[in-house]
Amino acid sequence: MKAFLILEDGTVFAGTSIGSTKDIISEIVFNTSMTGYLEVLTDPSYAGQAVVMTYPLIGNYGITPDMESKKAWPDGYIVRELSRVASNFRCEGNLQDFLIEQDITGIADVDTRALTKILREKGTMNGMITTNVNYNLEEILPKLKAYKVGDVVSEVTCTESYTLDGEGPRVALMDFGAKNNIIKSLHQRGCRVTVYPAGTSAEEIILTNPDGIMLSNGPGDPETNVSVIEEIRKLSNTDIPIFAICLGHQLMALAHGAKTYKLKYGHRGGNHPVKDLADGRVYISSQNHGYAVDYNTMDPSVAEEAFVNVNDGTNEGLSYIGKNIFTVQFHPEACPGPQDSGYLFDRFMDMMTAERKEQKNA
Amino acid sequence: MPRNKEIKKVLVIGSGPIVIGQAAEFDYAGTQACRSLKEEGLEVVLLNSNPATIMTDKDIADKVYIEPLTVEVVEQLILKERPDSVLPTLGGQAALNLAMELDEKGFLRENHVRLIGTTAETIKKAEDRLEFKSTMEKIGEPCAASLVVETVEDGIAFAESIGYPVVLRPAYTLGGSGGGIANDRRQLVEILENGLRLSRVGQVLVERCIAGWKEIEYEVMRDAKGNCITVCNMENIDPVGVHTGDSIVVAPSQTLGDKEYQMLRTSALNIISELNITGGCNVQYALHPETFEYCVIEVNPRVSRSSALASKATGYPIAKVAAKIALGYTLDEIKNAVTKKTYASFEPMLDYCVVKIPRLPFDKFISARRTLTTQMKATGEVMSICDNFEGALMKAIRSLEQHVDSLMSYDFSHLSREDLMEELKVVDDQRIWRIAEAIRRGVSYEAIHEITKIDIWFIDKIAVLVEMELALKGCAPRIASGRASLDPELLREAKRLEFPDSVIAGLTGLTERKVHDLRHAYGITAAYKMVDTCAAEFAAETPYYYSVFGRENEVEKTSGKKKVLVLGSGPIRIGQGIEFDFCSVHCTWAFAKEGYETIIVNNNPETVSTDFDIADKLYFEPLTPEDVESIVDLEKPDGAVVQFGGQTAIKLTEALMKMGVPILGTKAEDVDAAEDRELFDEILEKCQIPRPTGGTVFTAKEAKEVANRLGYPVLVRPSYVLGGQGMQIAINDHDIDEFIGIINRIAQDHPILVDKYLQGKEIEVDAVCDGTDILIPGIMEHIERAGIHSGDSISVYPAKSISEKTKRTIEEYTRRLAQSLHVIGLINIQFIVCGEDVYVIEVNPRSSRTVPYISKVTGIPIVPLATKVIIGHKIRELGYTPGLQPEADYFAVKMPVFSFEKIRGADISLGPEMKSTGECLGIAKTFDEALYKAFLGAGIKLPKFSNMIMTVRDEDKAEAVEIGKRFEKIGYKIFATAGTAEALKNAGVKAIAVNKIEQSTPNLMDLILGHKIDLVIDTPPQGAEHAKDGFVIRRNAIETGVNVLTAIDTAKALITSLENTSIQKLTLVDIARI
Repeated sequence: MKAFLILEDGTVFAGTSIGSTKDIISEIVFNTSMTGYLEVLTDPSYAGQAVVMTYPLIGNYGITPDMESKKAWPDGYIVRELSRVASNFRCEGNLQDFLIEQDITGIADVDTRALTKILREKGTMNGMITTNVNYNLEEILPKLKAYKVGDVVSEVTCTESYTLDGEGPRVALMDFGAKNNIIKSLHQRGCRVTVYPAGTSAEEIILTNPDGIMLSNGPGDPETNVSVIEEIRKLSNTDIPIFAICLGHQLMALAHGAKTYKLKYGHRGGNHPVKDLADGRVYISSQNHGYAVDYNTMDPSVAEEAFVNVNDGTNEGLSYIGKNIFTVQFHPEACPGPQDSGYLFDRFMDMMTAERKEQKNA
Repeated sequence: MPRNKEIKKVLVIGSGPIVIGQAAEFDYAGTQACRSLKEEGLEVVLLNSNPATIMTDKDIADKVYIEPLTVEVVEQLILKERPDSVLPTLGGQAALNLAMELDEKGFLRENHVRLIGTTAETIKKAEDRLEFKSTMEKIGEPCAASLVVETVEDGIAFAESIGYPVVLRPAYTLGGSGGGIANDRRQLVEILENGLRLSRVGQVLVERCIAGWKEIEYEVMRDAKGNCITVCNMENIDPVGVHTGDSIVVAPSQTLGDKEYQMLRTSALNIISELNITGGCNVQYALHPETFEYCVIEVNPRVSRSSALASKATGYPIAKVAAKIALGYTLDEIKNAVTKKTYASFEPMLDYCVVKIPRLPFDKFISARRTLTTQMKATGEVMSICDNFEGALMKAIRSLEQHVDSLMSYDFSHLSREDLMEELKVVDDQRIWRIAEAIRRGVSYEAIHEITKIDIWFIDKIAVLVEMELALKGCAPRIASGRASLDPELLREAKRLEFPDSVIAGLTGLTERKVHDLRHAYGITAAYKMVDTCAAEFAAETPYYYSVFGRENEVEKTSGKKKVLVLGSGPIRIGQGIEFDFCSVHCTWAFAKEGYETIIVNNNPETVSTDFDIADKLYFEPLTPEDVESIVDLEKPDGAVVQFGGQTAIKLTEALMKMGVPILGTKAEDVDAAEDRELFDEILEKCQIPRPTGGTVFTAKEAKEVANRLGYPVLVRPSYVLGGQGMQIAINDHDIDEFIGIINRIAQDHPILVDKYLQGKEIEVDAVCDGTDILIPGIMEHIERAGIHSGDSISVYPAKSISEKTKRTIEEYTRRLAQSLHVIGLINIQFIVCGEDVYVIEVNPRSSRTVPYISKVTGIPIVPLATKVIIGHKIRELGYTPGLQPEADYFAVKMPVFSFEKIRGADISLGPEMKSTGECLGIAKTFDEALYKAFLGAGIKLPKFSNMIMTVRDEDKAEAVEIGKRFEKIGYKIFATAGTAEALKNAGVKAIAVNKIEQSTPNLMDLILGHKIDLVIDTPPQGAEHAKDGFVIRRNAIETGVNVLTAIDTAKALITSLENTSIQKLTLVDIARI
């Protein structure tokens, strides 16, 4: 079946329908990862967006047990070519069936490079995927312009808290749309991880007296999470070590008076270099964010810049002065992408152990 | 970290002659590195024995030494030039081994010279099997169960403890020389004995066989601060068991999930960090197809063939970045030269698929075993880029120039199903064609996978291509009956899969022209996309393009300047090597200097010409008329140059003219005149130049008539070939039958030539002609008599045994020929001189193999000169006096280098068909020293044991006696077969007669296998009836590392250089000052 991708600026790409055939309107973003399409599809941070894969051959190894959450989140999925066979020893099915099962509208046979160039030049924009051959641009374009990614955190966060047992430090994880591998990274290091819905109050968490708090990644415009920001501010006033990733990093910055802004076309992929300003080392990181913290708006006596992006100099991490808090914009949990910054979880572990000792001594 | 300011003068060591396993990729890497060092204001001293390289140009380095790559030479050079640093990681294994030896001797320390790029300790950790294994164990990186052995007995014991099959890998060899898989004790002993001998340190690794696992490679970079990135990963379509150099390789990996991809990536970074590598590194893995188990196969702590491929596949200039890292820079300080926005510390993301196919030399070595193993056999490779795998595979296939353009090109339809299934087990260069045939027969993917272990995903891609064949074929009846034309959607899809028009025509019954016209009528034309390292995330300025169908074109229209299309020479193969890349690159640079916009089309990832900053635009595309036409349609060049790209480019002349592209320089009809026997005879007659008599034929019957009229021996060869392919000396009718049969295996468009074979001195000249005047930089003389291909002969400049009168005759003939053929640009002529008589045997109105060599040794830049002449300048106005230039006051000897030990079953005896893969140079004040240097550069270093074997044909016996006497005088013990021994004894040489190999022991074979022999001189009788005995002797000698000479003249030259021991203290010549 034919399908069309219509962009806010009136550009139309014709292709073939894959997955669901329902019409969708969404924010179109591109991801440059060459592997990990399943992790991308199941990353809750893509809620409210349709993802373009710049790598042209997608679905080669089918569906493996590597989902980053229980379901697929993007509104739409745009690829150059969907593999007709899936080959991998862990393969449980093919991507085509998965998209149908997850009711994700997709389009294949799109000139994804031409599309990416448009998004790069004009910035992230909204678009529609439709199988209606008789689409009417005049009707559609105003709708596209009007689309806004809403309060998506509430859609992706868990409804009830739950706990994964462990003998080590007890971590309270705020789920704004957490990827499984954040939870897993802590759990594998022995942590007892309790996952809380985004709306959980600071008091409730503090009451459990956790050894550390983890703020997860998540979708959407960080500024819209007004009440969450307020709770995070309260959490940050305790001595409990806090580690935050992506949206969590942005929310912490907002809680400390800094501003966030929308990047022209975001960072989504597994090849972004970030520099650790403490020692000048550069790590290749996995990234997925459309917004960034404007470090110029941060009071330098509150937090110092810990990581920057080597390519465009944008902020990639903050270290809060006099506090047990450090936050990063990129994804040390990888999945998909490089595992180079996984050591940050160890750093968090060390913080928790040190704090525990201190408390004991005190 | 800023650059280390203590580094001021760097010695860069190149990789020496082109051999299998070490080819043009190191010219590419070295050239890029030298430019990168000079950019930093450093003084660069270059050492490489290979004169055909671009890196040995005086514009690339400040001081250029084309000298043998031996420890003594490097030491002498360091003492002479006093560099503060040596960069050894860009010259392949050859340079790395030299650096290690110098370090082990303590020479570097004593002379306060540091190794930059990577430390000796690191090299040792990566290269020494034992150290490598213990390092891997230390960091928990798995290797296959293995043991380093130094004796055959230990090897047997270990192999039998882990069970057969086992893989054998000698330490410190290149291209996996001497390695292999042993399935039983007999095979183990055979391979192990050989491997122990070839290893520099007498060690061979015996390892658990992981054949059938997926073979994956990562190209990794690391700086001194510890930052590391992966440039690219690659997946071999051929599972473990085939050397990666002989495998079809795809980038990035296609069948790995993110889990496997990242697992191996992390492992690669751990390894490079533990080894403390600063620069580029290649890590090879075997990955179990059904689990996450993996083994590290090998680590190369230097740039390699794979890194050249990764550079071209991604646009990330590995060698350039490695050079900067060697100077102390960190990855985040080095700008990405492609985007100019990002830094070297990011990982390239591809939004296309790259396929590499090796170019194997079985068309040259008909008797060789085609089987692919862990020992590399490919002489070169092609790469293609497309947005789908099928298209990339199709493009790569037609880039090979081996008469293949689709998966139908090798026909296995005659095989029964049983035979086909049996043949699927064969691992050779035709495997994918057999798989295609199996798919046509309905064999299941699983059955094919079970036998070949090739991943189902790749098998399905082959099936997609087969299905397209069937769909197109299915249209044929309706098209033939006129009921339908070709469906546009089907045609669109066929083009997306990169089916050439000619193949579509063949399948549908349409003419190629019709397919072409239909395509254009439907608007199905090639679009071009950019290789930008970042999947379009950032704007890039580097104009490096590949074609796709059915997508938007992104090549920017350029206008203003005059535009010239330079056609490259495709994959490196015997007969068409790196020399033509040298010519293409210099031509491009010369056009740029004259204000032209330059466009290169080529498909060889190993070369300098396909580096992203050589031309204004680079199209990485097959060199077929259709592919070139698509570029022409878009670029509308003002002209094309074909005379620098070897036969590959010349073959495109007619097609280019049809497209309306003016051929710059010598006109196509004049090129034809040189190849067309009748036209050429007319010209020779008009110019009053004698040539050996002969005739043109199509059949064996006609050939025999001509041969008998001329009288045997005669030379038989097809026209329009390079490197003497198919050329043979026939001594009787039987030979003619055999040779013509071989030639006619491939349908000939042009007649076969049969000439009287003259045995005289062979002379060669390259000349530039501007239509009026000619310029001959120098006359080259071959040491071997006519009958041995010029590319395989030792060539001497200036010619030393012909008279002044003959030289003038040669100059005059060259002038007449160049003028009559209206040559504008380069011409290459080969003469035979008998006494004072000069005959012309071959004229090529184009650049030749000797162009780089003669340019360097005379200091006359003939490619830029020829280019200027092509543009319209005259030799006189360029500051040269026309005619033969004054001779130099030193001698330069070009020595062919062979790779026979790599190709099992190849006959090594020299003849009219070229067999060498590379060359090296000896340059000195005296002929003897130059010759000695050339032998040294070619790796012939005598004596070791002072034992030799002689077995010569009857007509050589008289000369052999003289040679025997001279070898005996310098202390050699001579073993000889009965006839030769008798001749020697009669002349008073104490020869020891030994049995031929079919006779009882001790025989020749025992001697050779006993490893006490330095040299075998074996001149085989001419004709097809090459003694089988001789063949076996030569093969065994080569495979056990013994030097073998098959021409009496070469033997004479060798003894001359050995006798003169006073020359062995070498004087080094900086050719940048010539």
